[in-house]
Amino acid sequence: MVRADEPDGHAARQRGGFQALAEGELPRLYRVARGLVGDEAEDAVQDALLKGYRSYGQLEDPAAAPAWLTAILVNGCRDRMRAQARQPKLVELDEVEEFSLFRRIADEDPFPYSDSLHLDFLQQFGAEDVRAVLAGLPERYRVPLVLVYCEGYHVKEVAFFLDVPLGTMLARLHRGRKLFERRLWDYAQEYGLLQEGAKR
Amino acid sequence: MITCAEAVRQLWDYLDGIVDETQREAIEEHLGFCRRCCGEVEFAEELRRFLATHPEADLPDDARARLVATLEQLEKQS
Repeated sequence: MVRADEPDGHAARQRGGFQALAEGELPRLYRVARGLVGDEAEDAVQDALLKGYRSYGQLEDPAAAPAWLTAILVNGCRDRMRAQARQPKLVELDEVEEFSLFRRIADEDPFPYSDSLHLDFLQQFGAEDVRAVLAGLPERYRVPLVLVYCEGYHVKEVAFFLDVPLGTMLARLHRGRKLFERRLWDYAQEYGLLQEGAKR
Repeated sequence: MITCAEAVRQLWDYLDGIVDETQREAIEEHLGFCRRCCGEVEFAEELRRFLATHPEADLPDDARARLVATLEQLEKQS
Protein backbone atom coordinates (compact mmCIF):
# COMPACT_ATOMS: atom_id res chain seq x y z
CA MET A 1 0.00 0.00 0.00
CA VAL A 2 1.43 3.32 -1.02
CA ARG A 3 0.84 6.30 1.22
CA ALA A 4 1.78 9.82 0.33
CA ASP A 5 0.84 13.34 1.24
CA GLU A 6 -1.09 15.34 -1.27
CA PRO A 7 1.22 17.34 -3.51
CA ASP A 8 0.48 21.01 -3.91
CA GLY A 9 1.32 23.77 -6.39
CA HIS A 10 0.92 24.18 -10.12
CA ALA A 11 2.51 20.88 -11.11
CA ALA A 12 0.01 18.95 -9.03
CA ARG A 13 -2.74 20.41 -11.12
CA GLN A 14 -1.24 18.75 -14.16
CA ARG A 15 -2.83 15.43 -13.44
CA GLY A 16 -0.56 12.59 -14.44
CA GLY A 17 2.41 14.93 -14.86
CA PHE A 18 4.54 13.27 -12.24
CA GLN A 19 3.66 9.80 -13.45
CA ALA A 20 4.61 10.67 -17.03
CA LEU A 21 7.91 12.16 -15.89
CA ALA A 22 8.84 9.36 -13.50
CA GLU A 23 7.81 6.49 -15.75
CA GLY A 24 10.11 7.71 -18.50
CA GLU A 25 12.97 8.04 -16.02
CA LEU A 26 12.59 4.61 -14.41
CA PRO A 27 15.27 2.74 -16.43
CA ARG A 28 17.85 5.45 -15.76
CA LEU A 29 16.93 5.81 -12.09
CA TYR A 30 17.10 2.06 -11.58
CA ARG A 31 20.53 1.82 -13.21
CA VAL A 32 21.88 4.63 -11.03
CA ALA A 33 20.43 2.98 -7.91
CA ARG A 34 21.94 -0.40 -8.87
CA GLY A 35 25.34 1.23 -9.09
CA LEU A 36 24.94 2.82 -5.69
CA VAL A 37 23.01 0.36 -3.53
CA GLY A 38 22.97 -2.90 -5.53
CA ASP A 39 20.12 -5.19 -4.58
CA GLU A 40 18.29 -2.40 -2.76
CA ALA A 41 17.83 -0.52 -6.03
CA GLU A 42 14.12 -1.12 -6.46
CA ASP A 43 13.38 -0.02 -2.88
CA ALA A 44 15.54 3.06 -3.34
CA VAL A 45 13.70 4.03 -6.53
CA GLN A 46 10.34 3.46 -4.84
CA ASP A 47 11.38 5.76 -1.97
CA ALA A 48 12.50 8.39 -4.48
CA LEU A 49 9.14 8.20 -6.28
CA LEU A 50 7.26 8.77 -3.04
CA LYS A 51 9.46 11.69 -1.99
CA GLY A 52 9.37 13.14 -5.48
CA TYR A 53 5.60 12.92 -5.67
CA ARG A 54 5.22 14.79 -2.39
CA SER A 55 7.37 17.73 -3.48
CA TYR A 56 6.63 17.78 -7.19
CA GLY A 57 4.36 20.80 -6.75
CA GLN A 58 7.29 22.89 -5.55
CA LEU A 59 9.26 22.28 -8.73
CA GLU A 60 9.16 25.47 -10.78
CA ASP A 61 11.09 24.44 -13.87
CA PRO A 62 9.74 21.28 -15.55
CA ALA A 63 12.95 21.01 -17.59
CA ALA A 64 14.87 20.47 -14.35
CA ALA A 65 12.66 17.55 -13.33
CA PRO A 66 15.00 14.67 -14.36
CA ALA A 67 17.97 16.16 -12.46
CA TRP A 68 15.73 16.99 -9.51
CA LEU A 69 14.39 13.43 -9.31
CA THR A 70 17.92 12.04 -9.68
CA ALA A 71 19.09 14.20 -6.79
CA ILE A 72 16.29 12.81 -4.60
CA LEU A 73 17.29 9.27 -5.56
CA VAL A 74 21.02 9.81 -5.01
CA ASN A 75 20.47 11.28 -1.56
CA GLY A 76 18.18 8.44 -0.58
CA CYS A 77 20.82 5.97 -1.75
CA ARG A 78 23.46 7.77 0.31
CA ASP A 79 21.41 7.23 3.44
CA ARG A 80 21.23 3.52 2.65
CA MET A 81 24.94 3.30 1.85
CA ARG A 82 26.28 4.99 4.96
CA ALA A 83 25.69 1.97 7.12
CA GLN A 84 27.00 -0.56 4.59
CA ALA A 85 30.48 0.46 3.52
CA ARG A 86 33.70 -0.38 5.23
CA GLN A 87 35.16 2.88 6.48
CA PRO A 88 38.77 3.48 5.48
CA LYS A 89 41.28 3.93 8.24
CA LEU A 90 42.90 7.35 8.33
CA VAL A 91 46.25 5.78 7.55
CA GLU A 92 44.72 4.14 4.44
CA LEU A 93 43.51 7.51 3.18
CA ASP A 94 46.99 8.95 3.65
CA GLU A 95 48.56 6.01 1.83
CA VAL A 96 46.22 6.06 -1.15
CA GLU A 97 47.24 9.59 -2.02
CA GLU A 98 50.62 8.26 -3.10
CA PHE A 99 49.35 4.93 -4.43
CA SER A 100 49.59 4.25 -8.16
CA LEU A 101 48.01 1.04 -9.41
CA PHE A 102 49.95 1.43 -12.65
CA ARG A 103 53.26 1.45 -10.81
CA ARG A 104 52.24 -1.30 -8.40
CA ILE A 105 51.37 -3.65 -11.26
CA ALA A 106 54.62 -2.80 -13.06
CA ASP A 107 56.69 -3.29 -9.90
CA GLU A 108 55.02 -6.54 -8.78
CA ASP A 109 54.75 -7.93 -12.32
CA PRO A 110 52.06 -10.52 -11.53
CA PHE A 111 52.00 -11.95 -15.07
CA PRO A 112 55.67 -12.33 -16.05
CA TYR A 113 54.94 -13.70 -19.53
CA SER A 114 52.43 -11.03 -20.45
CA ASP A 115 53.18 -8.28 -22.94
CA SER A 116 50.04 -6.38 -21.89
CA LEU A 117 50.47 -6.55 -18.14
CA HIS A 118 48.12 -3.75 -17.11
CA LEU A 119 45.30 -4.82 -19.40
CA ASP A 120 45.66 -8.40 -18.23
CA PHE A 121 45.31 -7.21 -14.66
CA LEU A 122 41.99 -5.48 -15.39
CA GLN A 123 40.73 -8.48 -17.34
CA GLN A 124 40.87 -10.63 -14.21
CA PHE A 125 37.88 -8.70 -12.87
CA GLY A 126 34.37 -9.79 -13.72
CA ALA A 127 31.31 -7.60 -13.29
CA GLU A 128 30.65 -9.04 -9.82
CA ASP A 129 34.22 -8.29 -8.74
CA VAL A 130 33.97 -4.67 -9.86
CA ARG A 131 30.62 -4.34 -8.13
CA ALA A 132 32.11 -5.74 -4.92
CA VAL A 133 35.06 -3.34 -4.99
CA LEU A 134 32.78 -0.35 -5.61
CA ALA A 135 30.36 -1.51 -2.93
CA GLY A 136 33.19 -1.55 -0.41
CA LEU A 137 33.98 2.13 -0.88
CA PRO A 138 32.58 4.66 1.59
CA GLU A 139 29.54 6.41 0.15
CA ARG A 140 31.18 9.84 -0.01
CA TYR A 141 33.67 8.43 -2.53
CA ARG A 142 31.53 5.80 -4.21
CA VAL A 143 28.75 8.17 -5.24
CA PRO A 144 30.91 10.55 -7.32
CA LEU A 145 32.90 7.65 -8.79
CA VAL A 146 29.83 5.69 -9.91
CA LEU A 147 27.91 8.70 -11.20
CA VAL A 148 30.81 10.22 -13.15
CA TYR A 149 32.64 7.17 -14.49
CA CYS A 150 29.99 4.44 -14.63
CA GLU A 151 26.94 6.55 -15.45
CA GLY A 152 28.61 9.36 -17.38
CA TYR A 153 27.25 12.37 -15.47
CA HIS A 154 29.21 15.61 -15.64
CA VAL A 155 31.03 16.63 -12.46
CA LYS A 156 28.82 19.73 -12.17
CA GLU A 157 25.66 17.63 -12.30
CA VAL A 158 26.99 15.40 -9.53
CA ALA A 159 27.85 18.43 -7.40
CA PHE A 160 24.23 19.53 -7.87
CA PHE A 161 22.88 16.10 -6.88
CA LEU A 162 25.00 16.10 -3.73
CA ASP A 163 24.40 19.78 -3.02
CA VAL A 164 28.10 20.42 -2.42
CA PRO A 165 30.52 22.93 -3.99
CA LEU A 166 32.24 21.70 -7.13
CA GLY A 167 35.62 21.76 -5.38
CA THR A 168 34.35 19.45 -2.66
CA MET A 169 32.96 17.04 -5.24
CA LEU A 170 36.23 17.03 -7.21
CA ALA A 171 38.21 16.34 -4.04
CA ARG A 172 35.95 13.36 -3.26
CA LEU A 173 36.23 12.13 -6.82
CA HIS A 174 40.02 12.31 -6.65
CA ARG A 175 40.13 10.45 -3.34
CA GLY A 176 37.58 7.94 -4.62
CA ARG A 177 39.71 7.10 -7.68
CA LYS A 178 42.77 6.54 -5.57
CA LEU A 179 40.88 4.43 -3.06
CA PHE A 180 39.31 2.44 -5.92
CA GLU A 181 42.76 1.72 -7.40
CA ARG A 182 44.06 0.63 -4.02
CA ARG A 183 41.06 -1.60 -3.33
CA LEU A 184 41.29 -3.18 -6.81
CA TRP A 185 44.81 -4.27 -5.97
CA ASP A 186 43.86 -5.50 -2.49
CA TYR A 187 40.83 -7.36 -3.90
CA ALA A 188 42.92 -9.06 -6.58
CA GLN A 189 45.31 -10.30 -3.93
CA GLU A 190 42.66 -11.29 -1.43
CA TYR A 191 40.64 -13.32 -3.95
CA GLY A 192 43.58 -14.86 -5.78
CA LEU A 193 42.93 -13.14 -9.12
CA LEU A 194 46.64 -12.67 -9.72
CA GLN A 195 47.51 -16.33 -9.21
CA GLU A 196 44.61 -17.42 -11.42
CA GLY A 197 45.60 -14.99 -14.15
CA ALA A 198 49.22 -16.06 -14.02
CA LYS A 199 48.21 -19.67 -14.75
CA ARG A 200 46.46 -18.77 -18.01
CA MET B 1 58.32 22.15 -15.11
CA ILE B 2 56.28 19.72 -13.00
CA THR B 3 57.49 16.48 -11.43
CA CYS B 4 56.11 12.98 -12.11
CA ALA B 5 54.28 13.04 -8.76
CA GLU B 6 52.58 16.31 -9.65
CA ALA B 7 51.69 15.09 -13.12
CA VAL B 8 50.26 11.79 -11.85
CA ARG B 9 48.20 13.59 -9.22
CA GLN B 10 46.44 15.54 -11.95
CA LEU B 11 46.15 12.91 -14.67
CA TRP B 12 42.51 11.98 -14.17
CA ASP B 13 41.47 15.60 -13.89
CA TYR B 14 43.42 16.17 -17.10
CA LEU B 15 41.56 13.32 -18.82
CA ASP B 16 38.26 14.61 -17.44
CA GLY B 17 39.01 18.01 -18.96
CA ILE B 18 38.69 19.83 -15.66
CA VAL B 19 42.21 21.27 -15.34
CA ASP B 20 42.82 24.87 -16.30
CA GLU B 21 44.84 25.90 -19.33
CA THR B 22 48.08 26.38 -17.37
CA GLN B 23 47.82 22.95 -15.72
CA ARG B 24 46.97 21.30 -19.05
CA GLU B 25 50.03 22.80 -20.72
CA ALA B 26 52.27 21.77 -17.82
CA ILE B 27 50.99 18.18 -17.94
CA GLU B 28 51.35 17.93 -21.71
CA GLU B 29 54.86 19.34 -21.50
CA HIS B 30 55.71 16.68 -18.93
CA LEU B 31 54.12 13.91 -21.00
CA GLY B 32 56.21 15.07 -23.95
CA PHE B 33 59.37 13.65 -22.42
CA CYS B 34 58.26 11.21 -19.65
CA ARG B 35 57.45 7.73 -20.98
CA ARG B 36 56.50 6.43 -17.57
CA CYS B 37 53.82 9.07 -17.10
CA CYS B 38 52.57 8.36 -20.64
CA GLY B 39 52.03 4.81 -19.42
CA GLU B 40 50.14 6.19 -16.43
CA VAL B 41 47.87 8.18 -18.78
CA GLU B 42 47.16 5.15 -20.95
CA PHE B 43 46.34 3.08 -17.89
CA ALA B 44 44.09 5.82 -16.48
CA GLU B 45 42.21 5.82 -19.79
CA GLU B 46 41.88 2.03 -19.57
CA LEU B 47 40.54 2.32 -16.03
CA ARG B 48 37.95 4.90 -17.16
CA ARG B 49 36.84 2.55 -19.95
CA PHE B 50 36.84 -0.32 -17.48
CA LEU B 51 34.41 1.53 -15.20
CA ALA B 52 32.25 2.75 -18.08
CA THR B 53 31.90 -0.74 -19.54
CA HIS B 54 30.69 -2.34 -16.34
CA PRO B 55 27.13 -1.09 -16.58
CA GLU B 56 24.51 -2.12 -14.11
CA ALA B 57 21.64 -4.42 -15.02
CA ASP B 58 18.67 -3.03 -16.92
CA LEU B 59 15.38 -2.55 -15.12
CA PRO B 60 13.73 -6.00 -14.89
CA ASP B 61 10.16 -6.24 -16.18
CA ASP B 62 8.73 -7.28 -12.81
CA ALA B 63 10.43 -4.40 -10.99
CA ARG B 64 9.18 -1.98 -13.66
CA ALA B 65 5.63 -3.29 -13.21
CA ARG B 66 5.79 -2.76 -9.43
CA LEU B 67 7.19 0.76 -9.76
CA VAL B 68 4.61 1.73 -12.38
CA ALA B 69 1.90 0.37 -10.07
CA THR B 70 3.26 2.64 -7.33
CA LEU B 71 3.01 5.64 -9.65
CA GLU B 72 -0.52 4.74 -10.68
CA GLN B 73 -1.56 4.43 -7.06
CA LEU B 74 -0.07 7.83 -6.27
CA GLU B 75 -1.94 9.42 -9.16
CA LYS B 76 -5.20 7.82 -8.04
CA GLN B 77 -4.77 9.37 -4.60
CA SER B 78 -4.35 12.86 -6.03
